[in-house]
Amino acid sequence: MDSSVLILFAHPALEKSRVNRVLIQAVRDLPGVYFNDLYENYPDFQINVAHEQELLRRHSTVILQHPFYWYSGPSILKEWMDLVLEHGFAYGKTGTALHGKTLVNAVTTAGPQDAYHPTGYNHFTMRHLLSPFEQTANLCGMKYLAPFVVHKSLAFHNVGEMMPHVKLYRTIVQKLVEGSLDLERAAKVERLGDALFSETEYS
Amino acid sequence: MQDNFLFQAFIYLAAATLALPIAKRLGLGSALGYLLAGIAIGPFVFGWVGSADAEVMHFAEFGVVMMLFLIGLELKPSLLWRLRVPILGMGSAQVLLTAAAFCGFGIAFGLNLRPAIALGLILAMSSTAIALQSLQERNWLKQRGGQASFSVLLFQDMAVIPILAILPLLATRRNAEGAAAGHSLLEGLPAWQQTLAVLGAGVAVIVLGRFLARPAFRFIAGSRLREAFTVFALCLVVGIALLMQIVGLSPALGAFLAGVVLAESEYRHELEADIEPFKGLLLGLFFLSVGASVNIPFIASNWGMVLGGAAGVVLVKFLILLGIATVFGRSRRDALLFGFALSQVGEFAFVLIGLAEQLHVLPRDWTRALVAITALSMMATAPLLMLLGWVPHRSANKNVEETVEPDLPEPTERGRVILAGFGRMGNIIGRFLQANQVPVTVLDTDAELIEGVRRVGLKAYYGDASRLDTLRAAGAEKAKEIGEMVKKHFPHLEIMARSKSRTDAYELINAGFDRVYRETLGTSMDMGAEALHLLGFRAYQARRAADAFKKMNEVSVRELAPHWGKQNYFEMLRAKINEAESKMQGHGLIGGAVDRAWDNEALREDQERGELRR
Repeated sequence: MDSSVLILFAHPALEKSRVNRVLIQAVRDLPGVYFNDLYENYPDFQINVAHEQELLRRHSTVILQHPFYWYSGPSILKEWMDLVLEHGFAYGKTGTALHGKTLVNAVTTAGPQDAYHPTGYNHFTMRHLLSPFEQTANLCGMKYLAPFVVHKSLAFHNVGEMMPHVKLYRTIVQKLVEGSLDLERAAKVERLGDALFSETEYS
Repeated sequence: MQDNFLFQAFIYLAAATLALPIAKRLGLGSALGYLLAGIAIGPFVFGWVGSADAEVMHFAEFGVVMMLFLIGLELKPSLLWRLRVPILGMGSAQVLLTAAAFCGFGIAFGLNLRPAIALGLILAMSSTAIALQSLQERNWLKQRGGQASFSVLLFQDMAVIPILAILPLLATRRNAEGAAAGHSLLEGLPAWQQTLAVLGAGVAVIVLGRFLARPAFRFIAGSRLREAFTVFALCLVVGIALLMQIVGLSPALGAFLAGVVLAESEYRHELEADIEPFKGLLLGLFFLSVGASVNIPFIASNWGMVLGGAAGVVLVKFLILLGIATVFGRSRRDALLFGFALSQVGEFAFVLIGLAEQLHVLPRDWTRALVAITALSMMATAPLLMLLGWVPHRSANKNVEETVEPDLPEPTERGRVILAGFGRMGNIIGRFLQANQVPVTVLDTDAELIEGVRRVGLKAYYGDASRLDTLRAAGAEKAKEIGEMVKKHFPHLEIMARSKSRTDAYELINAGFDRVYRETLGTSMDMGAEALHLLGFRAYQARRAADAFKKMNEVSVRELAPHWGKQNYFEMLRAKINEAESKMQGHGLIGGAVDRAWDNEALREDQERGELRR
């Protein structure tokens, strides 16, 4: 098992997206990153389970990158989980293939950060709303990190405005590839970016 | 006048024509209708047909031969395997217990052991014709009681063969005056050699059927003349009967064996379709002549014995059946259905009685009484089954465990999809359905193609799907698929129609078919989606656009169908095309207005106005 990163990207209408198009450009060709575009590879939802499981075996970190639809991922992501995370592979007595690996959500939301708060209109924090993913990681023996989140994703007028998020995302992915991210800390913070600030200044 | 062949034929046909609809309307079933008509025209009522009609009877017995041939055709190993428990368990219990009971009665009434055994075996049989037809007419064949009846009848049909072989062994004295078939080459041979001959001839039929019939069928089918096939099918059955007669065996036995041998053949459905009408006619004639031979004066002078005997036989058979059904865990209603359906003595009894008489197994006054008792017991079935109509289904106040029956086997092993024609499309559909364990029956008139298909492992038969009787033989009554005729005669079938073009589709839709599939649409959309993808569209977007376009296209074909051939058609077509294009391009993107999923533009506008909540 090398320390490389598998990005499972799920966007049903990337042609209508802006932030995600820029985000994936920034990370998809990084060394040590395998970019897996689910909707592009499986437009008919016929997921190749054996192939997907093999990808999981070969990578130590899995990033689920997707827009935050109805407080969850797009439908193909659920399909992927249902089919690929099989009993005997991902969980259960003999299902140890994912033990010790790391799981991260990288999501974009239209709503602002303060909406994801007990006093905001979404009432729950991002970590709270992502808890099904966190528990999935737990059950599979994976370490679950704080999510990388881009809020107000529809409010960007140009790529320039997106750049801070893009750079942060790229730094995080690079650190995950290098294995230089403090995983203990990354698991505890509210947003993944917070795990970086104390160590590395980023502008 | 009575000697005039045409007059005789006319009387028989007219009697059948009158009796059948009346019997049907009274709920009596056709077999009973024939019997009653036979009594009416017989020598003891109107006397239109003479009592010296042994020849007619003999000729009509050929109906039984054909029936056995058809039964053989239905008897596939896989069907037997599925019904093995009811067939072997209930069947053997029924035959053995009933035979034993009547054997006991026979001894009690002064018969020796051998004739008593013959009596038991004769009365153990039930009437396949009456039971199956009555159950089918009432749609009860699929109920568990109906299933059990079918299974036991199947067992009886098989039991007839050893019984036919055993009967000569039960003869009490050597038949000096020429036996069963009269001109047997085996005449005078000891009984054990005759029995051996049964087996030998059986093997011969199997070998001939396996290796000779199929090349012959292929040759005939190659001519593509329907009559040629019918003629050959008849020729085959008659030939086997003749062969059996020459060696002094039952033609029915030979026909049955031939049927079994050909059951796996690709020509099975066509054979069934060809033989069936002859069987129906001859069997009708058989019942008519049985009716005519019912000796009314004999019954009149021995009415107590005959009526009592018939009632006793039916009662004993019924009680034994009821007991068996209960032991095998059938519900009360199913047990009653089973008991009533099989309570009569079957038409085989006539054959067996005739044989027993010829072989002097049974005394003459016994056989005369038995014929009358058998006929009367047959007449009792319809009224008994009518009684059952009053026994309510209790499923309404049963709990689920009782209502849902575990692994109910199908009454017959027949494909649930009929593929009419096995061309380029049928080929793919057939393999797809087969891969999903859906039994497929392929009908095609290309004998060579059919053989190839069978080699691949699909169930394929030689037959013309545009022929009603072939469809029926192929199990159209149970399966799905074909044209106007299907709709008329099998209104419960789901018809899926392939169309070659849009105009073809219009015509099918206008003819009232809902499930119409244009053979080029699916592939065109696959290619279209792939083309979009190659041009740089997202794969999922291309797939959704193709799916949406296909759906709109299906709708528009159905909306345009009524206008096809009318003046405004092209105008309508243009409008439809424009509508589709504007829908696809609604938001400047293919797939845009098809649905609004993931349409960020509207959300962005909200965001700009500070109204977005998401």
